[in-house]
Amino acid sequence: MSWQIITQSLPIFSKAFVLTLWLSLVGIVGSIIVGIISSLVQYFKVPVLGQIITAYVELARNTPLLIQLFFLYYAFPVLGLKMSAETCGIIGLIFLGGAYMAEGFTGGFTGVSANQIDNGKALGMSKLQLARYVVFPQGFALSMPALTANIIFLIKETSIFSVIAIPELTNTALDLIGMYYRSNEYLLVLVIAYAIILIPVILLLNYLERRVRYGTFGN
Amino acid sequence: MAHSAINVFFAGDNFARLMQGLWTSVWIAAVSLVLGLILGTVFGVLRTLPNKIVRFILRLYLEFFRVVPTIVLLYLAYYILPRQLHINWPASWMAVLAFALWVAAEFSDIVRGAIESVPLAQKESGLALGLSRVQLFRYVLLPQAFQLELPATINLATRVIKTTSLLMTISIIDVIAVGQQIIEANNQQYPNGVFWIYGLIFILYFVIDYPLSAWAKRLAAKK
Repeated sequence: MSWQIITQSLPIFSKAFVLTLWLSLVGIVGSIIVGIISSLVQYFKVPVLGQIITAYVELARNTPLLIQLFFLYYAFPVLGLKMSAETCGIIGLIFLGGAYMAEGFTGGFTGVSANQIDNGKALGMSKLQLARYVVFPQGFALSMPALTANIIFLIKETSIFSVIAIPELTNTALDLIGMYYRSNEYLLVLVIAYAIILIPVILLLNYLERRVRYGTFGN
Repeated sequence: MAHSAINVFFAGDNFARLMQGLWTSVWIAAVSLVLGLILGTVFGVLRTLPNKIVRFILRLYLEFFRVVPTIVLLYLAYYILPRQLHINWPASWMAVLAFALWVAAEFSDIVRGAIESVPLAQKESGLALGLSRVQLFRYVLLPQAFQLELPATINLATRVIKTTSLLMTISIIDVIAVGQQIIEANNQQYPNGVFWIYGLIFILYFVIDYPLSAWAKRLAAKK
């Protein structure tokens, strides 16, 4: 174990660190948007579109991100669709993450107690108002644990981008090991880098989860 | 075009090789899962006992696996074990080790949660009947916890199966690695092979994982 090797590699790793953060952020935000839309479509049982979303969710959840990325990166060009590795990575992550988020939100929305919905109807709320003021806010609070788990999961999944040569943390570590054969040092930096990203995220999300829990009623 | 492209599956021994690669993925998943579930049960039970030091160590162990991506675990096993600890197993057994420890960490949390949610009255009734601590776990807590943890366990299994897609990154000839070899070897004759081979592998994973996750969902909805 040589500290010099580690300190010399830090500038390269810091670039990869920023890229991992950036890809995670875009992936998470995109996944949440896709997830909310998908679960609302499922919640309101929109004809045809509802079935398409269900098929998408099952397909994305039950196949590995790696083969999804390979398909996007290597097979799509055959169909005449060529994208950069970063674009493939982000699309792949949102494809996978959107399905996981949809599952989480659907769980939250269906968890809103029937009394709440009846009360809303008794007040004369329209279907849209019911969704806006009753189901969505409470369902969102109920889906916080799933949201938390998915965010952590998606940050870790960015490590798989290394297989399509996106220079994020894992890819950078592997490149350095390939060049200088210093596996101990670079793997140590890699593990610490993920810890630096994930430990604060886990703590923050746990805190938010406790705060939001008080926003649910009638259970 | 479509007709000739599908032929890429059956050219030479391509299909047999793909199935062989799939078998590698399946047995590694199965062995890791069995070992991980056994180890995870032990860890999970230990985490419900009052000893603070044991609980702290197991908690650290769990958090390590929560923070490190699985692909990195594979690299740790692949680079650190042979060079530092002079363990020269075949790569597939290194993968089994990494996966089993990962499964054990995740499963220990599932087991702990399930044991803790068995109603307290059950535990007190057992103690009132004069059951020993071991008997209490063996006859009361573990069987009831098993019911509670089944959906989460099946979901864990689907994740292990999906994660075997990473095996090729430590040069194990799994179904995806075989696919890559076939695509390269047949590129001249079947330029669209990449679409069909990766498409087939995509479907294969879905066909294995979907029934499991549908089963888990049904069990979870029943409660």
